[in-house]
Amino acid sequence: MQETMEQTNAMIEHLAAVNKILEKYHYQEAKLIPILQEVQANYKYLSKDMISYVATSLGISPSRVYGVATFYAHFSMSPKGKYVIRLCDGTACHVKKSHSVLNALRERLKLSPEKQTTDDFLFTIETVSCLGACGLAPVMLLNEEVHGQVTPEKALELVDKIIADEAAKK
Amino acid sequence: MNTNTLTVNNKVVEIAGERNLLEVIRKAGIDIPTFCYHSELSIYGACRLCLVEVQGRGIMASCSTAPEPGMVVHTDTKPLREMRKINIELLLANHDRECPTCSRSANCALQDIARKLGVTEVRYKQLVKNLPIDKSSPSLVRNPNKCVLCGDCVRVCREVQTVGALDFANRGANARVVPAFDQDLAQVECVNCGQCAAVCPTGAIVPKFDCDKVWEAIYDPEKIVVVQVAPAVRVALGEKFGFAQGENVARQMVSALKLMGFDYVYDTCYAADMTIFEEGTELIDRITNKKVMPMFTSCCPGWIKFVETFYPEFLPNVSSTRSPQQIFGSVMRKTLPEALKVKPENIVTVSIMPCTAKKFEAQLPKFATNGRPDVDVVLTTVELEHMLESMGINLKEQPPEAFDMPLGFSTGGGVIFGATGGVMEAALRFAVEKISGEPLNQVDFKEVRGLGKRKEAELNIKDTKLKVAVVHGLGNARSLLEDIKAGKAHYDFIEVMACPGGCVAGGGQPISRESNFRSARAAGLYHTDKERQLQKPQDNYWVERCYAESFGGHAGSHEAHEKLHTNYHNRSQIFDAKSVILQGNAENPLVICVTICTKQENCPGQKLLAQVADFLKKEDLAEKVTLMAAFSSRPEEDGTLAVSVGDELIARSGTPEEILASVKTAIKKVLK
Amino acid sequence: MSNVVNLQEIAAKYKNAVKDLKQRIIICAGTGCVANGSLRVRDAFMKELAKAGLAAEMELKFEQEKSFDGTYVSKSGCQGFCQRGPLVHIEPQHILYTKVKETDVPEIVEKTLIRGELVDRLLYKNIQTGESCRGNAEVPFYNRQKRVVLANCMIEPACIEEYIAKGGYEGARKAITEMTPEEVCQNAIDSGLRGRGGGGFPTGLKWKFTLASKNAKKYVICNGDEGDPGAFMDRSVMEGNPHAVIEGMMIAARGIGADEGYVYVRAEYPLAVERMRNAVADAEKTGILGEKLFGTDFSFKVTVMEGAGAFVCGEETALIASIEGKRGMPRPKPPFPAQRGLWGKPTVINNVETLASLPGIFRDGAANYRSVGTEKSPGTKTFALTGHVANTGLIEVPFGTTLREIVYNIGGGVTDNSGKVTNDDFKAVQIGGPSGGCLTPDMLDLPMDFDTLKAVGAMVGSGGLVVMNKQTCMIKIARFFMQFTQNESCGKCVPCREGTKQMLALLDDIIEGRATRQTLDLLERTARAVQMGSLCGLGKTAPNPVLSTLRYFRDEYEAHVFRKTCPAGECKALAKPEIDPAKCKGCTACARKCPVGAITGTVKQPHKIDPDKCIKCGACKAACKFGAIFGI
Ligand SMILES: Cc1cc2nc3c(=O)[nH]c(=O)nc-3n(C[C@H](O)[C@H](O)[C@H](O)COP(=O)(O)O)c2cc1C
Ligand code: SF4
Ligand code: SF4
Ligand code: SF4
Ligand code: SF4
Ligand code: SF4
Ligand code: SF4
Ligand code: SF4
Ligand code: SF4
Ligand code: FES
Ligand code: FES
Ligand code: FES
Repeated sequence: MQETMEQTNAMIEHLAAVNKILEKYHYQEAKLIPILQEVQANYKYLSKDMISYVATSLGISPSRVYGVATFYAHFSMSPKGKYVIRLCDGTACHVKKSHSVLNALRERLKLSPEKQTTDDFLFTIETVSCLGACGLAPVMLLNEEVHGQVTPEKALELVDKIIADEAAKK
Repeated sequence: MNTNTLTVNNKVVEIAGERNLLEVIRKAGIDIPTFCYHSELSIYGACRLCLVEVQGRGIMASCSTAPEPGMVVHTDTKPLREMRKINIELLLANHDRECPTCSRSANCALQDIARKLGVTEVRYKQLVKNLPIDKSSPSLVRNPNKCVLCGDCVRVCREVQTVGALDFANRGANARVVPAFDQDLAQVECVNCGQCAAVCPTGAIVPKFDCDKVWEAIYDPEKIVVVQVAPAVRVALGEKFGFAQGENVARQMVSALKLMGFDYVYDTCYAADMTIFEEGTELIDRITNKKVMPMFTSCCPGWIKFVETFYPEFLPNVSSTRSPQQIFGSVMRKTLPEALKVKPENIVTVSIMPCTAKKFEAQLPKFATNGRPDVDVVLTTVELEHMLESMGINLKEQPPEAFDMPLGFSTGGGVIFGATGGVMEAALRFAVEKISGEPLNQVDFKEVRGLGKRKEAELNIKDTKLKVAVVHGLGNARSLLEDIKAGKAHYDFIEVMACPGGCVAGGGQPISRESNFRSARAAGLYHTDKERQLQKPQDNYWVERCYAESFGGHAGSHEAHEKLHTNYHNRSQIFDAKSVILQGNAENPLVICVTICTKQENCPGQKLLAQVADFLKKEDLAEKVTLMAAFSSRPEEDGTLAVSVGDELIARSGTPEEILASVKTAIKKVLK
Repeated sequence: MSNVVNLQEIAAKYKNAVKDLKQRIIICAGTGCVANGSLRVRDAFMKELAKAGLAAEMELKFEQEKSFDGTYVSKSGCQGFCQRGPLVHIEPQHILYTKVKETDVPEIVEKTLIRGELVDRLLYKNIQTGESCRGNAEVPFYNRQKRVVLANCMIEPACIEEYIAKGGYEGARKAITEMTPEEVCQNAIDSGLRGRGGGGFPTGLKWKFTLASKNAKKYVICNGDEGDPGAFMDRSVMEGNPHAVIEGMMIAARGIGADEGYVYVRAEYPLAVERMRNAVADAEKTGILGEKLFGTDFSFKVTVMEGAGAFVCGEETALIASIEGKRGMPRPKPPFPAQRGLWGKPTVINNVETLASLPGIFRDGAANYRSVGTEKSPGTKTFALTGHVANTGLIEVPFGTTLREIVYNIGGGVTDNSGKVTNDDFKAVQIGGPSGGCLTPDMLDLPMDFDTLKAVGAMVGSGGLVVMNKQTCMIKIARFFMQFTQNESCGKCVPCREGTKQMLALLDDIIEGRATRQTLDLLERTARAVQMGSLCGLGKTAPNPVLSTLRYFRDEYEAHVFRKTCPAGECKALAKPEIDPAKCKGCTACARKCPVGAITGTVKQPHKIDPDKCIKCGACKAACKFGAIFGI
């Protein structure tokens, strides 16, 4: 009995955090996007349960929330790696050969356009169009950190260092 | 010159309240192609086939442009023609072009437009999607490879039915129309009404075809195949065969069915009369004994699933009477072996319905006798149409023939069931006479007829005031329920039909492009009612005899309750966030789900869940179940204590202790 | 209401606070410079100044009696020259240091701040002459620009007082207290201001339509979605001069009779979101946003909303859908937002730069505004200059400036792939991003304005200018934009959703050598159908890069289709690597590098490539020191 209570309590706590977000936006359907943004900020991605929960709480159909969550590139329905690398493939970066950086990274981490996250959930590689730092093209974002004028060598160096650091931590 | 005119391809046309150019152009006799325009839905503007050139303004989508006096419109310039053709080619290049095997072939807008525009080749690379076909629903088949993303289904489901089971997902080239989380239709809140299939211009959503099962039975010499035909079928089946819209073709249909090999052809209207016996009796009982009011009708399985899913709090208000189809099923199982002198297992019961939801209803385990569904196969009107065609039967040439007796006998009250307001009118014919104790001469209740959103009537029957309402289309049902919840509306008796217009426009009916098809078909039914000798269901002496012989002598008897009534399930947990507490290893573990409200501190559901878990462990049942917590924040006071055990819901009425006891009983019942 | 905001008082307060400043160090804290460590540079300055015993502050305090007489270390938004960042300005000496690292700070403090000397190695060097440039005034990148919208980008964005001291909110005050809504619209019309969001529609006229829609509730939306990949002027304005955006919104609100505004910022700009949110909070605190402003009945409140990653949400109706919490799918127009916009209410949507132009127009008058630019396109325009030019960055020039001025003078000339300025390498400029077109060398002297560009099949668009050298394959560029629009299409309407996909496939056929004459024909027809048939601007303009390259670089397409060669040598599938026997020295380097052993030959004899074995990897070309390998 104790065990069951604990198990559900954990989930209730999670959802209490979501309730707080929902309350902040007064359970308004119109605030769906900021609500999802905050839920995702809390849980790193939008799980089916979270989407269902948000939908039923707002009194709208889950298919509608699913539709919104899959429309916008910023919402993710699957967990991402600890380090999210977002490589710009905007015009400025593209003409400065950003794809060579992308290819190098994908090769090193054994990722592809279909498989974006490594099996150990250490890295996720995504492309974005323009981070607004075009003057520094090509540009790469490592979590929140902007790296400008990256070359394949520089990018691989960064990644290798993280791999080494993480290995050392263990 | 009249100032309220515009010109279409040099022809002067008057603007008479049309909401958009498209309507004006069609009025002018030019049928420009469209996919995404539907006069009953919001404007979407996505297919771009309706483009026209308006002088001085350029190319515009006629479906979303308001007509203005003086506009000079051209519907067919060279660039427009080329653009339309390319548009269709583009769609076809991304389409599973399997016309010969497509159930919409010959009634498909894409095929039709391609042919009309003279698209004779597709110059683009075929981009095959090969997405899985969703056959999960007993009612519908979704083939995303045939979807043109016109959004009609999304809008009808959301705007008209307020179910919202479908929506767009992803974007750009990956955009698709799917149920939530890309799940199968059977896993989501879809109520099986089939309105999506009715508006879909292609074969992307179609009623599920079960014709082969029926042919099997017909070809099996052992089997006696009996069929019941719903009222609305007879006023729609003729369209394809050159009858006037709404013409009642019941008699030709009977002879055609016989020709196909059905052994007995019965009329669902018989069961509709019987439904009124039960429902009317229940109504009077509720009124006189001050039971839960208002009462809702229960003959529409689309509506039933809607209440079960979205308004479980109203379940006690829904009449427990089975739908006519299931009443008929019960009667057949009970009486036919004896009457026809056939072994029960050799009787195959088929029903022909205007309805896709009836396919769902018939397969529910609760509608079975000795483990055998009361209705073996449900066919829709379109399926019957296909079967007739496949056998080369031209309905028009069939000699009229009557239904088999006695289950083919009905009153006018049973016939009008097929139109919105029909059930109510039939019930009133019954109730008014019973309550007043005097014969009813004026049997028409015209207030409840027609296509109004919410039809109301107030009757003074002796000392009893009866306030009734009729809604059709689930969106109208929803707003009525909301009004009742808000205390803004008060009724005693309410008829709900899931499909706008009622069954005449059900999801299994032939798709009509005429704007007045609903009222034309309904008119056919009312016309038949007028022609009947008997119009009041209570005058159906065959039904009365049936009660006497098989169902305890009268409506509402114990036997009737057993076989002609049912109970409902709360399906509201469907989308709650869930976490698994116990996961058994058995194959098909029993799913037990306890709702916990996250907005209520110390929700009693939590303790209940722990107690259920303890009970399962103590009784050594943990391996046989999946125990889940369903988390909800639906803002309802104390309304969340709900446990479902498999298909059955132990609802919130009662103290936690009482609920726990019922849960235990329910678990034992299933697992032991 | 008693606490009516008094702009003059605030300005005076600010001036008093800074009047005794010894020095001001302005460190660029735009996204680019922050990425290069400018915040660490700032911390280093604070540390070094403290070490040297010099008083320094990062924030001005206004409550004190005495004004501050030390060094003010302030931030600024992006100054446009990110490539050379982090940028550090030292005032009042007008010194600009570029590429400043933390380790440079002690030397700057020691030499420049204490001894008044220059640190020459940190000064910008003129590309043509090699001379050191002391400050902005001497840097060609800056001194040939005319900065109006970007003029304030040296101020501290977090300091509303500084904005006010520079004349900020004066335009809004005038519009609200001295003009009727009709006059506000008329003034905007008189200025000739045209929308910078791409369409170039006269701003005042748009307001007038919205004013004409009768409704008690109206909205102003600032479009900060800036989705064009390669353009970042709106970002820089929101980061560096957020109050100008707010002031512009107030003026627009006054013009149409709105009392509520939204700023929709794209999700990739977290810093812009933060700066805008802070600026709104500061303006509310100061009494500039809120109820009954400037003692009138005019009220205005602003909400900043972060987008969620969809280019199409730059389109007005999609943006509105997004604010309403829906999928960002455009809907047919009419009705226009001016009639039915956000929540069905009349709404005006203006671009960030459009809005930021308004304070100047209303403060200094429409006539003054018209004195710059051309007759039909008055004022200045910011461009994001990127690609193969020496100086990349954000620039602002009067309308009518020639491409030559921008590419060669401000941009410092065209570079080859290794970054060297060659100046004979200019091939094209792509203007206006995915909805724009390309400009060729013979258009170098065209005056750049809305109408001239339109006439040649291009557009000002968002103002992205991508310079391309001769090693760039134009078909690949067209494909790049096609891929972009295909990814970003909302998927609603058939021509755009299906058409862009098929156009992409056709371009692939061309690039990969499968194309025939029919491919070209079908590509062009499809492009026209998509252009004509699409529901919104995204689809309507998506074919532009293809149509424009087809128009100006048809020979390049034909080379791919009929001769199966890529003149720029970028299309791998068409490559036919060969060794020029005249140049080959027989050094064997290539043969050793070739992964498939396709190169044979004896030492000191010309080598040969076996085309059947070659996988076109290009390794040999990179290895050859004598430039003997061609065709790849
Ligand atoms: C696909 C598409 C993307 C757009 N993106 C932007 C954008 O990022 N920023 C912007 O200001 N306008 C954008 N626009 C134009 C806007 O729809 C709108 O015309 C503009 O914001 C109006 O402001 P203006 O009158 O100040 O130019 C876009 C238009 C389309 C069709
Ligand atoms: S949906 Fe229409 S076009 Fe497609 S296969 Fe079926 S009949 Fe043919
Ligand atoms: S119409 Fe043509 S393609 Fe279709 S089945 Fe007949 S012959 Fe075949
Ligand atoms: S059957 Fe009815 S409820 Fe189900 S998806 Fe179709 S329209 Fe919606
Ligand atoms: S399933 Fe049918 S109605 Fe729905 S979007 Fe696709 S084609 Fe249209
Ligand atoms: S209204 Fe009739 S056709 Fe429609 S779902 Fe209900 S019973 Fe079926
Ligand atoms: S043109 Fe493209 S982006 Fe615009 S509505 Fe159509 S599909 Fe969506
Ligand atoms: S291109 Fe690559 S494979 Fe071909 S010859 Fe050169 S090195 Fe060898
Ligand atoms: S590397 Fe160049 S010079 Fe050397 S062998 Fe190869 S082609 Fe000849
Ligand atoms: S194009 Fe890469 S940052 Fe703008
Ligand atoms: S009918 Fe007008 S766009 Fe589809
Ligand atoms: S960010 Fe510093 S100049 Fe652009």
